[in-house]
Amino acid sequence: MRTLVLSLVARSTAFLHGLAGLVTSEPFALHSRETDSDASLFRGLDTHHSVKSSTKLLERILNRRRLWCRVRRVVALPIAALALAGCTVPTFGAAPGVTTSSRSAYHLWQGFSIGAALIGSLVVVLILWTMVFHRRKGDNIPEQSQYHIPLELTYVIVPILIVIGLFAWTMVVENQEVANPKTSVTINVNAFQWGWKFTYPGQDVVVIGQTTQNPEMVMPVNENVHINLTSTDVIHSFYVHDFNFSRLALPGVLNQFTFRAVNTGTFQSQCSEICGLYHSLMYFRVKVVTRPQYEVWLESKANAGVAQASRITNNQQTSSVVPTKLTKSKGDN
Amino acid sequence: MTDVLDPPILAQPGDHGHAHEGPTGILKWLTTTDHKIIGLSYTVTSVIMMVIGGALAEIIRAQLTSSNNSLVSLAQYNELFTMHGSVMIYLFAGPFAFGGLANILVPIQIGAPDMAFPRLNALSYWLYLMGSITMLMGFFTAGGAANFGWVAYAPLSNSINTPGAGADLWIAGLLLTGFSAIFTGVNLTATIFYLRAPGMTMFRMPIFTWNMLVTAILILLAFPVLTAGLIMLYCDRHFGTHIFSVQGGGVPVLWQHIFWFWGHPEVYILALPFFGMVTEIIPVFSRKPVFGYKGMVFATMTIGALSLGVWAHHMFTTGVVLLPFFSIMSFLIAVPTGIKFFNWIGTMWRGEIWFSTAMLMAIGFLFTFLVGGITGIYLASPPIDFFTHDTYFVVAHFHSIVMALVLGAMGGLYYWGPKITGYLLNETIGKMQFWFLFIGIQVFTFPMYLLGLRGMPRRVAAYPLHPSWQTLNELSTVGAVMIGVSTVLFMVNIGYSWKKYPAGDNPWDGHTLEWFTTSPPPHHNFYRLPRIRSERPTWDYNHPDRPAKAHGHHDNQDEVPVV
Repeated sequence: MRTLVLSLVARSTAFLHGLAGLVTSEPFALHSRETDSDASLFRGLDTHHSVKSSTKLLERILNRRRLWCRVRRVVALPIAALALAGCTVPTFGAAPGVTTSSRSAYHLWQGFSIGAALIGSLVVVLILWTMVFHRRKGDNIPEQSQYHIPLELTYVIVPILIVIGLFAWTMVVENQEVANPKTSVTINVNAFQWGWKFTYPGQDVVVIGQTTQNPEMVMPVNENVHINLTSTDVIHSFYVHDFNFSRLALPGVLNQFTFRAVNTGTFQSQCSEICGLYHSLMYFRVKVVTRPQYEVWLESKANAGVAQASRITNNQQTSSVVPTKLTKSKGDN
Repeated sequence: MTDVLDPPILAQPGDHGHAHEGPTGILKWLTTTDHKIIGLSYTVTSVIMMVIGGALAEIIRAQLTSSNNSLVSLAQYNELFTMHGSVMIYLFAGPFAFGGLANILVPIQIGAPDMAFPRLNALSYWLYLMGSITMLMGFFTAGGAANFGWVAYAPLSNSINTPGAGADLWIAGLLLTGFSAIFTGVNLTATIFYLRAPGMTMFRMPIFTWNMLVTAILILLAFPVLTAGLIMLYCDRHFGTHIFSVQGGGVPVLWQHIFWFWGHPEVYILALPFFGMVTEIIPVFSRKPVFGYKGMVFATMTIGALSLGVWAHHMFTTGVVLLPFFSIMSFLIAVPTGIKFFNWIGTMWRGEIWFSTAMLMAIGFLFTFLVGGITGIYLASPPIDFFTHDTYFVVAHFHSIVMALVLGAMGGLYYWGPKITGYLLNETIGKMQFWFLFIGIQVFTFPMYLLGLRGMPRRVAAYPLHPSWQTLNELSTVGAVMIGVSTVLFMVNIGYSWKKYPAGDNPWDGHTLEWFTTSPPPHHNFYRLPRIRSERPTWDYNHPDRPAKAHGHHDNQDEVPVV
């Protein structure tokens, strides 16, 4: 498998090199020759009116050829990049995550990134091109061209089409993400300053903890889990990085959504909306386990849960769990 | 060529000195209603605010260099990022653009003697100064400055969660600067509509003036909403109303709607003036007219119109807004911005580009804004916003945007500074400043994009469970220090070049009316005006044989130019 991938990468790299060579060497040479002849030939002739019309024609033909070389260069490079990208689509810094919707959001991210790379590099190349080739050489005034309606219309219409395409794809992914499928597990998540309370309705299980106690929300894998998100005091944000998802916990509002995790594991998460003094440390974990493990966990919690919950609620008032290093400051009281 | 008449002289250099004899020295600065002096006060004050906001940023970046740093406490950290954002957005970027440069330039660019309401203009400045001082005074109160983030989300900003006087001073300061912005908006709109010189039709106005007109209208539409919201917030805090509190039947999300209904147009209120500055700099240093002038104007108007309908893209993760509508509106705003980009490139294309410091800053703006703009398109997509919202990805995105604006601002200062003061700045130090600033910005923002994608939330003072984020944070701090060095270089340059290099009236072969008058301009701006027959009256006067050409028309020396 590894060798296959390596050979694929090697082949595509060679392909890219070949393509780049094909694209750059020949037109570059041609182009520089043209520029030279252009400079020496036409500047001298410019004042002779008799030959002006014929040289203008020649100039226009040469210009057109030069333009075609540039167009080929500009178009071919992204195609080469795409060919390379076809083998292994880069992550562009994001991660696929462990839920079904996190993966579709990740693919959307990849698509956006490829588009961004193409359009961004087109613009960068154009700017660099004009910086290199159109820098001031003397005291001459260039042609004072101001409008080119077909060109201007092109860069109105093409971006609109791109944007509509991006929006359409966004809608497909978004509809999956906000869909309300049948769920087998419901968890009530309540955020407060500065911790989390996870209640399993009908199971007599409550998990509560604040700041670095890092409370754990346990959920089964490969099942639709319904979350009811609320807040007791200020606005918090339920942000699970490995689920590629965040949702604000608003006081007075019940926010509902569904997860379907496809991998087991423990995922460090935290509040992401500024909520006061200990916002930086408002941690929680999401633990995805198999169905049997989930049931064992529920049972163990149901026995001990109530007592533990009340003990921690008492702690909450004294807030003794906050790390001492970060409490030595003014304004903590 | 002979068609261009020498403009009649309207006044002699000596005339105004006698007619407008007024106080000198400090009294002149305190009592003036001259838009140039008010504008200069605005510019200097806002640059001081930039330095203060920058110093706060350096402390923030220093705190984040290790995962559990104790340079500042959690409480102090919350004050720092709140005041950093507030100072930069409320007290620097906006006032610098529409109070500073626009105040000085718009009347001159349209051939007017002053703003339409000079005393209102003075009131704007004094409100702004008092508002700034009020907001910063929060640091000297017992509970410290405001600490709920520059967006002040209710109910965190109510009197239970943020009881201190710092928050009240923040609200009061913001109200004052808000009124100053509204008055400037009134003034700019009236000036542009009513005080244009003969011949200066709307479609002959420089792009900077056009952008300021759209900005002023946006100010008039958006800022009163913020003012109303702040009064509601103040009533909730002190007069027992329950507009944003659940307990009394209020709705906390209402604050977000009000805030962002101002806040998103505010993004364009900040950006459009700097777009305008760049659109003035690029054609002059390319020796070409603005490519697609009318397209540029319509793009600006489209941005202004769309910006009023995209506010809820800041609220995608609240779960209580209609996602598709705000998503498509946010996507669409990329189109006019893209048009502007291609017009800027079209202006440079086949030009004769002179890489002065101002032009370098403008090109740096293009690259940096490109990054910020493209990452903005990602955030218009709710599924992507769900995992990047409130992370460092968003922080990086809007810092790419605002740092691009800083590049534009610096470009504006290098470009128009000689007109305002009469003296050029040193180009060598200027170029050093540019490279520190430009490279610093990229080193500063790129690690933050990656940090956001790895899950680092914004507004955290420590990340003890994620020591692996440390390296990227250190790198970002290096970038922030480079930006700091660039600011120091700017100050050094001002000191070094002080009255050293006389600029003359038209050092850059400019296009617009401000380059026709003296540097600095006289009391009522002009001794004489050229004929205004295009959006480049000064260029037409200096180069009567090189008017702008539409597509398909080539230069022909024999033809008599139509002036």
